[in-house]
Formats: sequence, C-alpha cells, structure tokens
Amino acid sequence: MITVENLTKRYGGFTAVDDISFEVRPGSVVGFLGPNGAGKSTAMRMMTGLTPATSGRATILGQPYRELHNPGRQVGVMLDASAQHPGRTGREVLRVAAVSVGVGKARVEEALALVGLTDEEAGRRVRNYSLGMRQRLGIAAALLGEPQVLVLDEPANGLDPQGIHWMRGLLRRFADGGGTVLLSSHLLHEVQIVADDLVMIGRGRIVAMGSKEELLSRGGTTVHSTDDARLAGLLEAAGVPVTRTGSGLVVDAEPGVVGKVAAEERVVLLELRSGGSEGLEEMFLGLTAATSREGDAA
Amino acid sequence: MSTDTRTATPAVGGAPTQSVSPAAPLEGPPGVPFARTLRAELRKMVDTRAGRWMVIVMAAIAALVLAAFVIWGPAGDATFRSLLELSTLPLALLLPVLGIMAATAEWTQRTGLVTFTLEPRRGRVVLAKALAALLLALVVLAVATAAAALANLAGGGAWDLTAAVAGGLVLALLIYVLQGVAFGLLFLNTPVAIVSVLVLPTAWTIATQIFGSLDDVGEWLDMDSVTRPLFAGEMAGRDWAQLTTGVAAWVLLPLAVGTYRVLRREVK
Repeated sequence: MITVENLTKRYGGFTAVDDISFEVRPGSVVGFLGPNGAGKSTAMRMMTGLTPATSGRATILGQPYRELHNPGRQVGVMLDASAQHPGRTGREVLRVAAVSVGVGKARVEEALALVGLTDEEAGRRVRNYSLGMRQRLGIAAALLGEPQVLVLDEPANGLDPQGIHWMRGLLRRFADGGGTVLLSSHLLHEVQIVADDLVMIGRGRIVAMGSKEELLSRGGTTVHSTDDARLAGLLEAAGVPVTRTGSGLVVDAEPGVVGKVAAEERVVLLELRSGGSEGLEEMFLGLTAATSREGDAA
Repeated sequence: MSTDTRTATPAVGGAPTQSVSPAAPLEGPPGVPFARTLRAELRKMVDTRAGRWMVIVMAAIAALVLAAFVIWGPAGDATFRSLLELSTLPLALLLPVLGIMAATAEWTQRTGLVTFTLEPRRGRVVLAKALAALLLALVVLAVATAAAALANLAGGGAWDLTAAVAGGLVLALLIYVLQGVAFGLLFLNTPVAIVSVLVLPTAWTIATQIFGSLDDVGEWLDMDSVTRPLFAGEMAGRDWAQLTTGVAAWVLLPLAVGTYRVLRREVK
C-alpha cells in the first residue's frame, strides 16, 4: 500500500509537485500518468526518500520510506533504467543489489528468468544493453527482494509492444498476489495496456483519478460525421456541450442523444461511440493541455 | 495506518471492501545491517573494469618500480625499508584516486538511485565506502610490502623496518586514501576531485614556499610536511599536533562538508 498525503515539492518559486494526495491499495496496478515535466518523477523520488518533501508526506506499507526495515525486501524501486554502471554485467548489477538486500545468488537467477533476460544477456555489460533490456534489468532488480510494493518510473519506456504486454502480465500477476504497483508513464496508450487504474497529473497537480472504465465513461461520446461543423452547431443548439478535436467531436452526452440529432437533421455519421481509447486520449490531452508545455505557448 | 487518514485520502485501485488485510511492513530497524552495506560497497569497487584495473595497476606499479630498482639501481645499498618506501611512493599518489572513485561513482553513473533506495541512511553508505576504500588500500599495501620483501631477499639487503616506520607508513597512506574519499564526496565528480586532490595541497605547499610568512602556518597545514615525520617513523609530540591540524584541514573538513552534501543532496 502506498499513501501520499498533501505531498508538495517546491524548488524556489517553482512548484514541481503541488499538494497531491492518493492511496494505492494492494492488489492494484495504478498508472501515474502525465506529460513530461508534470512532476511524476519528483513525486516518486519523494515516495522513496530520495528527495525531501517540502510539505506533506508519503508512506509505504504505513511507514515513511526511510523508516522501512530492509526496504529492498518490501519495496521494489526502479526510478531510472539507464542509471546503471555501464561497466557491470547485468548479473553483477543484481548480485551487488542481492548482497545489500540479503538474498542469495539463486534469487538473482530467478529474477533474471522472471524478466526474460537470457544467460548470455545477463553476462553482457550494461553498456551494450538496449533500453528495453535495461528496463528488464531494472525490473529484475526491483523484484529481487520479493517486495510487496513496486514503484516504477517509466518502466514501459523503450519496450516494444510485445514487451509492454509482457509487462502487463508480469505486473498483473504481481498485483493478483496481493502486491501494490505504482508505475508512471507519459504515454496514455502504454499505461492503458499496463495499468487498471489511473492517477493523472499535470503541472504538479492531480487532474483526475479512478479506474480506466470510470475515466472512460467520463470521456463522453466521440462522433465524426461528413459535416462536423454543422453537427456541432446542431448539437449546441440542442443544448449539448461539444468539444472539437482533431478527429471529430467529443460530446458530453449519451451516443443515443447524438444519434437522434444526427438522424433528425440528416447528418451522415462516420463514427459514433462512447468514450473509447481515443476518448481517454482526448481527455488526457484535454486535461493536460491547460497544464502542459503546449499550453504555455497557447 | 489509522482509519481517519484512509477516508481522507482518495484511493485508487482495489475494491474498497477488499478482504485482503492491509499488508504489514517487515519488523525491524530501518535500513540494512552495516556488514551487508560494507560488502556491497567493497564489491562495487572491484567489479568494474576501471576499479579492478586501478587496483591491479597500483600493485603492478609498486612491483615494477622495485624490479627496475633491483635490476638497474644501486642494489648494494638497498634495505627493506628503502625498498618499501620506494614501492609505496607511487601509492601515495594513486591510492587517493581509489577513495575518489569509491565516493563519486554513485553520482557520476547515477547508481545512487539504486544504492540509496536500498539503504536510505546515506551516512552508513558513506561510512561503508570510506571503510571499503581503506580496506582495499591495505590490500594494495600488503602486495607492495610483499614485493618489497621479495626484492630485498633478491638483493640481500638488511631487514631494518621498525614498527614506528611501518605504522607511520600505513597510517600516512590511509590518511591519503581518506583524503581521496573526502574530496570525492566534496565534489561528487571524479575528474574535478582527482585534480583537486593532486593540485590543491601542492599549490598550498608552493604558496608556503613563495610567501615566507606562510611558513609557520605551513608546518601545521601542509600535508607534505605534516606527514614527513610519519613516513620517517619519527613522530614526536609536536609532530602529532601538526599531523592532527593538517589532517583536520585537508581530510576531516572536506569529509564533513562532503558527507553533509551527500546526506542533503537530492538523488536524481
């Protein structure tokens, strides 16, 4: 279990993380989603005691990270897969961690097998690893102490689609065994595959959180027609809020309402559905547009 | 976890009525036992090519210097003590680098992200690093001593090493290693630390020689002059006081500032 209460980090006048609170319960894989620079990594570093919080607190399994006994056996942490000494072999990276965590060499081999690094790959120096292999190694290091909680920063970054699905399986099994997973991502489609629940963050603040389904149903109806401009006008005339997006309209109403208006006014619909993956995407863009870098320019 | 905070904090994931009892943390004091931290740090110093070669090269240079001396030098007047001094001369220069590399590695390669999550009490990691560097230095010193003994056997010199000289030599070299650790922690950057550790004390020595008025201060604060009686095994009361002040200025002060820096610094 991870509990974050009013966590805030200020650097001079800049607020990197602004009063965030949430709790990740055992048995869940939660995606911490936000654009680059939203404060995800800073928040995760505060959760793991690497960065002191300006105010608020974070606990893992009910204790501040720095108070945990042998943290490696309780919390698996991977904050940057590239932060490995390039001169060590993958196996050596794990062996050093194993000494500190207090597990044997057999567990190192288990962890390597768990993340699908072959014997030959484990014997290679990290310098010659692809980003995907470094991610696997980082996850192996996180799993080494058989922890109850995982905190992973951008674990799917650099993985191919097959690797992302593999990670979903791995984390799902971990959570099904009573584990708690918090992973960050700046890519919605990635986190959508891997996580079941989402905490969305933009410019240091939480903008939305809940299960994927919950957030999807909040996404309204996506509609695309031969004449979106006319349809938007008709819907607005009918008193339904409409948002224009690149690929059509997002309407804050049931698909039936939109379909009825379109049928009455003889607009040819090309697409009509509730929420959907792109709905969440639009929402992600919408929620973060005001708080992202793009928003600064606008 | 008290129930009031659970209701105050919005939760994500898992069913709120889940029967899974909230996972309890492991019982025990914070962090990991020091012996394991020390073992991990010791291992990290020699498990990369750079680290391993550093140790091998140091031992090899000590041996080579001796071999060269035995072959071409005036071997007739060589004694165990002079051979040992000869073989440890390059070590005084190289051993601090060992300490520097131990101290800076976590920051230059960013492995601190892993190290300091496995042991959040960073002071203990710093202590383990300092001890690991000192232990490795002792190993290198043992090799140099063995090489000097072999060379002396070959040359048939006198066995004139007194306990005072041997002890002084070990202590002086360990001080230099610790100085390396201190400068490494202070700068957290390998090249800057190496240059500083080599240049700053020397610059100070030169300054004391140029400005005669600094001469009196130099006796107390110049690393070369405060360790000279130590190498010679002729420590008197005043020498110990001068050694203490010199070490305080060039080793303990940077060590304290550097440790403070590591404790406070954000690990990124």
